[in-house]
Amino acid sequence: MIEVESVTKEYGPVTAVEDLSFSVAAGEILGFLGPNGAGKTTTMRVLTGFFPPTRGSVKVAGFDVASQPLAAKKAIGYLPETPPVYPEMTVVDYVDFVARIKGVPGNERLDRVDHALERCALTAVRSKLTSKLSKGYKQRVGLAQAIVHDPAVLVLDEPTSGLDPKQINDTRELIRSLGGDHTVILSTHILPEVSMTCDRVVIIHGGRLVAQGTPSSLEEQFRREDSLEITVQGEAAEIEAVLGAVEGVVSVSAATASEGDEVFSYRLEVDHGRDLRRVLSERIVESGLGLLELHRSGMSLEEVYLRAISREGS
Amino acid sequence: MKNVWALVRREILSYFSSPIAYVVLSAFLWLYGFYFYAYLEAFIDPRTVAPGAVVNVNQDMLRWVFHTTAFFLLFLLPMVTMRSFSEELRSGTIELLFTSPLTDTQIVMGKFLGALSLFAVMLATTSFHMAVLFYFGDPEWKPIAVGYLGLFLLGAGYIAFGLMFSALTKNQIVAGLLSFGAFVLLYLVALGEDRGWMELVTYLSVDQHLEEFAKGVLDTRDVVYFASMTILGLFLTKQAIESYRWRS
Repeated sequence: MIEVESVTKEYGPVTAVEDLSFSVAAGEILGFLGPNGAGKTTTMRVLTGFFPPTRGSVKVAGFDVASQPLAAKKAIGYLPETPPVYPEMTVVDYVDFVARIKGVPGNERLDRVDHALERCALTAVRSKLTSKLSKGYKQRVGLAQAIVHDPAVLVLDEPTSGLDPKQINDTRELIRSLGGDHTVILSTHILPEVSMTCDRVVIIHGGRLVAQGTPSSLEEQFRREDSLEITVQGEAAEIEAVLGAVEGVVSVSAATASEGDEVFSYRLEVDHGRDLRRVLSERIVESGLGLLELHRSGMSLEEVYLRAISREGS
Repeated sequence: MKNVWALVRREILSYFSSPIAYVVLSAFLWLYGFYFYAYLEAFIDPRTVAPGAVVNVNQDMLRWVFHTTAFFLLFLLPMVTMRSFSEELRSGTIELLFTSPLTDTQIVMGKFLGALSLFAVMLATTSFHMAVLFYFGDPEWKPIAVGYLGLFLLGAGYIAFGLMFSALTKNQIVAGLLSFGAFVLLYLVALGEDRGWMELVTYLSVDQHLEEFAKGVLDTRDVVYFASMTILGLFLTKQAIESYRWRS
């Protein structure tokens, strides 16, 4: 549905995006992840036809954004980082205006506007001026504007930035519900957002793609060791000696004292693909120490992300 | 065409739901009422007329009303156009227009026709003053129509250039001052002496061309002058918008 092919965007001497290629399948929700200044907004602006790329091409819903801009733009709903609302217009007038310029046929327009307002829970404020709305409502008006012409593709630039936790939750739910009917690409630098809402992730850093895949395949890709969390009762030195002696344990983290005296928690990095839980528990019990907790810990997307962008930097 | 209408509609809605339209309209009506009254009083004052001379309300009064109106448009029209693109660039709403299925020409035409509509409303409010003249006197309607056409064409030219300055900067005050400065320049160039190379400069002067219209003379050369001014202004506005896309 979206095909980005070796897109490069230069601002004078500065290269904001370099040779970026990825694609998004129909109905998929893609998370576009990267630190601030990684080139996320630039990529989205190229995608939506705001400006042309220096090199490379973008196809949206089968239309080339450079050579068939009007058809491509009709297929896109776009929420920029700041919702592009006119302060002197009411919510309903504004969404109606957007429906008009997106080319919604006259006989469907009122229904489409009502539907968009309803979907974004804006019916109660439809006659209010957009300048009187809170940040959260403005963001929803931005979303209503993006979906009013029922586009095949939704491009959302940091849709949850600046919202309070309740609003963030509502927005994520709304985005999830939009997936399926629409192909969604959303940018963010907030990790939990990706694991919660996205089917697939593209990580960019310094304008270049550093990793892509589903959250779990990324985890697999960046995992070098498996890790275990263990909590043991006994002398710290003794515990560390026992744990370190087990074959397959790569490293033992520093102890964190948890529940008072003589209870320590560790994080173990062990060889990938080996399940050492049984061996570990036997050794600990044999040494007369108390095994209180032992479980495998997965790699969080946060670690994947940090590893991906630091690998690129080094 | 439907796209342009949607844009024009929004422009008008926006002019009338912000203070601009009301400020410009009331400033214009206040000024107009003042000089209309002053010229009318001078016209009907028997002391100003040489004994036996034939007086004509079109030539001796309305001609000056048209000239003075053209003069005040120098700063009234920059007030109308200064925010049109600047505000969109500043607040980021331009991103909506640029990513919607609109061509740059449609965007420029939407802004232009929107501002032109407000200007048309400004001119229409003076029909009241004309009605007074027709009620109490017997002016000729044809020179009046030509005079209004002249003002309308002149306003279209000012608006086109005002839009261009507005498309060049995010700061509406800067856009307004640049337009005002440029219009004053175009207005004043005729004050030089008429010799040799000055002919060209004088040709560029706005007031020279308005003079024929104000007298009630419809000359193609003057229509061409204002029309080319408008087309040039709109073309440059489109270029400015396009370059903004590449620069940003």
